[in-house]
Parts: sequence; C-alpha cells; structure tokens
Amino acid sequence: MQTVQPTANTSPRRVISLLVDNQSGVLARVASLFNRRGFNIDTLTVSETNDPKISRITVTLRGDEQALRQLILQTERLEVTRQIFELDPDKSLLRELLLLKVACDNKNRAELREIASIYKAKIIDLSPDSMVLELTGKPEKIDAFLTMFSEYEILELCRTGVTALERGGKHQHMQKPRQEVRAAQFPLPGSPSART
Amino acid sequence: MRLNGSQIFVEVLIEQGVNTLFGYPGGSVLNLYDALYQNADRIHTVLTAHEQGAAHAADGYARATGRTGVVLATSGPGATNLVTGIATAYMDSVPIVAFTGNVPTTQLGRDSFQEAYIEGITMPITKHNYTVRRVEDLADTMRAAFRIAQQGRKGPVLVDIPKDVTAAECEYTRQPPELIRTVTRYDLDDVKAAAAMINAAARPIVVFGGGVRSAAGCQPLRDLLEKTGMPATYTLMAAGVLGYGEPHSLGLLGMHGCYAANKAVNEADLVIAVGTRFSDRVALNPAKFAPRAKVIQIDIDPSELGKNVAVDLSLAGDASYILQAILPFVEKTEHKLWMEQIRAWQKNDYQPVDSDTELRPHQLIEEICRQAGPDAVYVTDVGQHQMWAAQYLHHTHSRGFLTSGGLGTMGFGYGAAIGAQMALGRNARVIMLTGDGSFHMNLNEGCTAVSYGLPIITVIFNNQVLGMVRQWQTAFYGKRYADTDPHRRTDFVKLAEGFGAKGYRAATPEEFKAAFADALKQDGPSWIDCRIGKDEKVLPMIPGGGTVQDILME
Repeated sequence: MQTVQPTANTSPRRVISLLVDNQSGVLARVASLFNRRGFNIDTLTVSETNDPKISRITVTLRGDEQALRQLILQTERLEVTRQIFELDPDKSLLRELLLLKVACDNKNRAELREIASIYKAKIIDLSPDSMVLELTGKPEKIDAFLTMFSEYEILELCRTGVTALERGGKHQHMQKPRQEVRAAQFPLPGSPSART
Repeated sequence: MRLNGSQIFVEVLIEQGVNTLFGYPGGSVLNLYDALYQNADRIHTVLTAHEQGAAHAADGYARATGRTGVVLATSGPGATNLVTGIATAYMDSVPIVAFTGNVPTTQLGRDSFQEAYIEGITMPITKHNYTVRRVEDLADTMRAAFRIAQQGRKGPVLVDIPKDVTAAECEYTRQPPELIRTVTRYDLDDVKAAAAMINAAARPIVVFGGGVRSAAGCQPLRDLLEKTGMPATYTLMAAGVLGYGEPHSLGLLGMHGCYAANKAVNEADLVIAVGTRFSDRVALNPAKFAPRAKVIQIDIDPSELGKNVAVDLSLAGDASYILQAILPFVEKTEHKLWMEQIRAWQKNDYQPVDSDTELRPHQLIEEICRQAGPDAVYVTDVGQHQMWAAQYLHHTHSRGFLTSGGLGTMGFGYGAAIGAQMALGRNARVIMLTGDGSFHMNLNEGCTAVSYGLPIITVIFNNQVLGMVRQWQTAFYGKRYADTDPHRRTDFVKLAEGFGAKGYRAATPEEFKAAFADALKQDGPSWIDCRIGKDEKVLPMIPGGGTVQDILME
C-alpha cells in the first residue's frame, strides 16, 4: 500500500469528527478515500452514537491547511457522510485508552507499581511474570507514560486511538446543514467571508 | 402488490423512466432477465458482445441525452468487465446506474463460482454503490441509485443484487420518481463580485469544461459572451457547446489546444473558469497557469474549487444558474483591442497542409462534416484521431461530441456509439472516429451494431501504429518505438464482411469521399479503413508540465 504523505509529520495534529450512516462498509469507504487521496491517518476510532442510525468516526492526522481542506471536502462528497468538521484543539477534550502488558518479576514489581500510581494507571492483571496496566488520558499523557517503560520489557501494547468532544453544549456544527458547516470552516476562495 | 425481486427490479426501472437497458445475461441474473423477457414491451434490452461494451453503451446513451444510462451484468467476470466502463463514466461525471447480479447471500464471501466483491472493487470509481441483501430494500435502493446518479455532480452508481434477492418476494408500492433538486442557490454578493471583476478586466477569457454541458443549459454562457464580447476557450469535455464558427470561440485549450487559446489564457488578466477542474491536460503546469490573471471558478462540486489551481473567487453551484445571475450585472462591452490581439495570434496558429493525393486527418474530418451535416453525433476513441476530432470537427451541438476525456479509455467508442444510436433512434446520424489501435480493442461490438441494424459509420484513421504513444516516442524517447508498431495485417474490409457489416478502403481523398457517401446510404453499420501516414502528428502540442512558451508546432 503506497501512500504519498502530503506534508511532513511536523505539522500540527488535527482532529476531525465525522458523523456517518451506521451501516456496514462505511469505514471501508472512508478509509479507502483517505488512502486514495494520500492522507496518513494517525488514529481512527468508530462507534455508534446516541442515535443508532449514526456512527461517529474520530480521525487524527497531520497535514497542512490545504491538505485538510481537500480531505474534508472529498469526504463530504461521500453518500454516507452526514457531517464532517474539525474540532478546535483549544476547546477539545481528547482521550485515549492504553492497555500495556509488561514483563515483571519480584524485583521490579514495586517500581512498576510506583510508576502506575504516579500516572494513576490501574493494574488490571497481575501474573507471576507479567502485569497489565490500564491508563486513560490525553494522547500526550499516554506518550509520556510509555516513555517511562523504555527500560522495561513491553510484552504487548494496545492503544484505542483518540476519541474527542468539544467542551460546552452540543457542537454548533451538529445542528447546521452541511453546506453551512462547510462555509463556516472553509470559506470558498474569494467569498465575502474569506475576503474580510 | 406482492412481487418478487426481479419483478420489482423491472417495475422500479419503469418508475424511473428507463426504456433501454444494455447488458449481458449470466447465471446470477437469470431471474432478472426472465422478468425483463416478460416485460419486453416496456423495456428494450440490448445485448452487447462484451460487458465493457454494454457499460460504454450506457455511458454513450447518457452522454447523448443527459438521461441516466442503465447497464446490467452478471456476477464475477460480468461485473469486473464493467469496471473500465464505470471508471470512464466516473472520470467524466456521466450519470449511469450499473446493476450486477451476485451469488446468493448465503454463498457471499465463500469464493463461490463467479463471485466477485464488486462493491469493494468499484468503491473508488462510483459516486456510491450498494449490495442489496434483503428484497425489502431493493426498490428504495434502486430509487436512491437513480437519484444519486443525477444529483449534483453526476456520476455512476452500482447496485449489486444477490440471486436469492431476485427471487424473494415482498410488498411493492409504485412511487413516482423523486424530483432531483438542482443546485440553484448562489450567493448574490459573490455574483456581484464576479461581475465587478469581469467589468474591471481588460483581457478576460472564459475557460469552460464539461460542467457546462451537464448544467441545465448552455444558453446563459452564450448570452454572457455576447453581452461582454469576451472570448472563450474550452476543454475536451466541452467540445461542441459553442457551435462551429461562433465568433467568441477560440477553440480547444490545453495540451493539444490552439496556440491562440493557450496564449490568450497566458496573457489574460481574468480567467472565468466554468465547470472545469483544471486537469493536468489543461493546466499543464498549475503553478504557471494564467500567470497574469485573477481566476474566478464556478463549479457544482465544492471540492473542485481551488483544488488544482489557486482561485481568487469561487462560486459553488450549477453553472447555468450562476451565469444567468451574473448576466444583469455585467456591462456591455466589445473588448476590441483584446480581440484584435487574439486574432493576430490566431494568424500564427498551426495550419495543417492540404493534400490532393494523400489522406490527411484534417481533410478527412472536414469531408466527414461536409457530408454528415451539422446534426450528426460524433463519437471517438482515444488517441491521435480523438485530438484531431476535437480540433477539426465542426461541432454544432453540446451533446454532439462523445469522448472519453478523463480516463482516456481506448475502446470506448464503439460501445458509446451503440448507446448513442439506441438513444437517438435509427434515423439519427452517429459517426464514430477511431484509430486502428483503439478499434482493435473493442471492435467485437461491430456484431452488436449488425444485430440491431444500427447505421453507425466508423472512420478508421489507420496509420498502422499506436500513433499517440509513437508521437511521444518520436519527441521525447529518441524514436525508440517500443511496441507501438504492432505489424497487424487486419483486413478491415474482410473483417466487416465477416461481421455482416459493410467495409470500405480509402487511400485518396476522392476514394474517401465516395466511400463515405456510400456508407451514408447503408441501413446497417459500416466502416472505412483510411490509410494515413505513420508520422502524422497532433499539433500543436505543449509537453506535460509546460506552458504556451514550450508549444511545439512541428
């Protein structure tokens, strides 16, 4: 699978929320489009919403303004897309869940417990030769937690990817027609709102 | 009313106003064909030689009329054979609905005989596609498919129907077809801003593409040109929208466009792009496209606005409605100086040399136009002949030139010509222009034209080589003619006889004139093998990534 990376990974992380029809094949359509248009996805989560007809996909990726614009406009063209908008990073709550299985023995069990307690991670399994830790938090916190384990032997690791909501009441874009959301996020080149 | 899936299939087609269906039967669509057989008085089925031909026929039908073309194929190879045809329609935004049979739902995913996951295969080349797993969903899914094909930017939709769904029964209620909402909305401020830019421009030019043909009418474009006196140039997809010899038309733009049109865009201070996506065959170098100009872009698909070329003002919507809205705000002008300048450039344009003894492409095309008349529909394949057709045909109406632009599908022509002839009736004049390379790809459909008695006249521009690729090898690969000289010994006259068609051979302008005149009198299909020189080139030519400065005139 060849993907052309539109920009270097130094661009800021963008979080995109997608409301789609809750039916089989939707994820394949979205993922196929991202791949075809050359976007590299960092994380992707999918789940049903309070409306069983709608699923919410949260995507994080890195890309510049032009790349993101194309991604959103192309995704919007999909028949299954009901709404797509970028979350404001300053207002958003980003969370991720980590399950981490590390090797341990009598000697280092206490050290591991200490790291876990500092990060408020839970020990959810303890076996004679291993331990499973559970941690929920911002992606940065998970990253920082994982760096603490560079000296230990990680047996297995699983991250859910980012799921996100903006603070406050129902997101303004969820109640508006698609066309308005598009215009608010990406004023067409040269339109009055872009000129000012 | 309780019906089975196959009866529902037929009923919904009738609901949607479908009276012609192109296709090819097979195991998984036996039930559907059985229902079609029993409704032969309501829906005319057209059997092609190959499913690809059927897909191109549905495409040609849609291009010639604007109505949705319909194609039906069986599962597995039948479905995969549609792929090129669907991709062709997708790239050129042509509304077709493709139906495929599939193995019964219980057999799906088990690598059953003639099973292919066509939903996955066609996902990136359709606007949307469906697998119908319950007969209760069939009618609404089909209705949605027809709506999606025509709504907004048009395009192909595929509906995959497993065999058991075509046999299962459920309640069916007839529904009138959904009204397709056209995008008639526009922002008045944007419209005024566009008009102000047009009024302020000294050297404006309109660049229009296939979106104008799809839009609700071409007249608003003509009105705008007449009022403002602006010149206009077009992409391959819009050939024919402005009639031959209309004063504002500068001809084709882009890689094989005229010098004057390319030069005018290069020098313009305003480009008004209407229904065009600035493909790499038009904006060969997007960074240097129209370097002195502000750009206004009008397109129905918001994701096209500013995609390839940076624009200063963009308007999303149906081109005809937006142009109509702009019209009252523009001032009546003539742009005399600008037009004089362009006329001077036109004098320096490439001029092909006539010959009395040999067949030259431009003369062949002029003779075809002279005899076939202004109302003929021209269909092309892909390659040198296609570009000559775009350059020299005396286009007269907006749906009179059918060609595979975006995908560039060799072998498109014969199927599309069958579709066009079926749509327009036997009395319409359908002329297909092809090369010996393209014709060899899908000439099997000659038998279809014979079966249905379609008087399609095919003119084969036979240079005995794969001319367009060879032209590139001449220009950029040191004349190393890798596999472009196939040494074929096909006798096209005998081939025609073998099919039951009429074949001609022409080596001189006189012979061609006589052959074409005779072909016009035939009731069935005919083709004329026209020997042209191996080294005939499509000129002018701007190499990929170049600008008008790099134009090749010889």
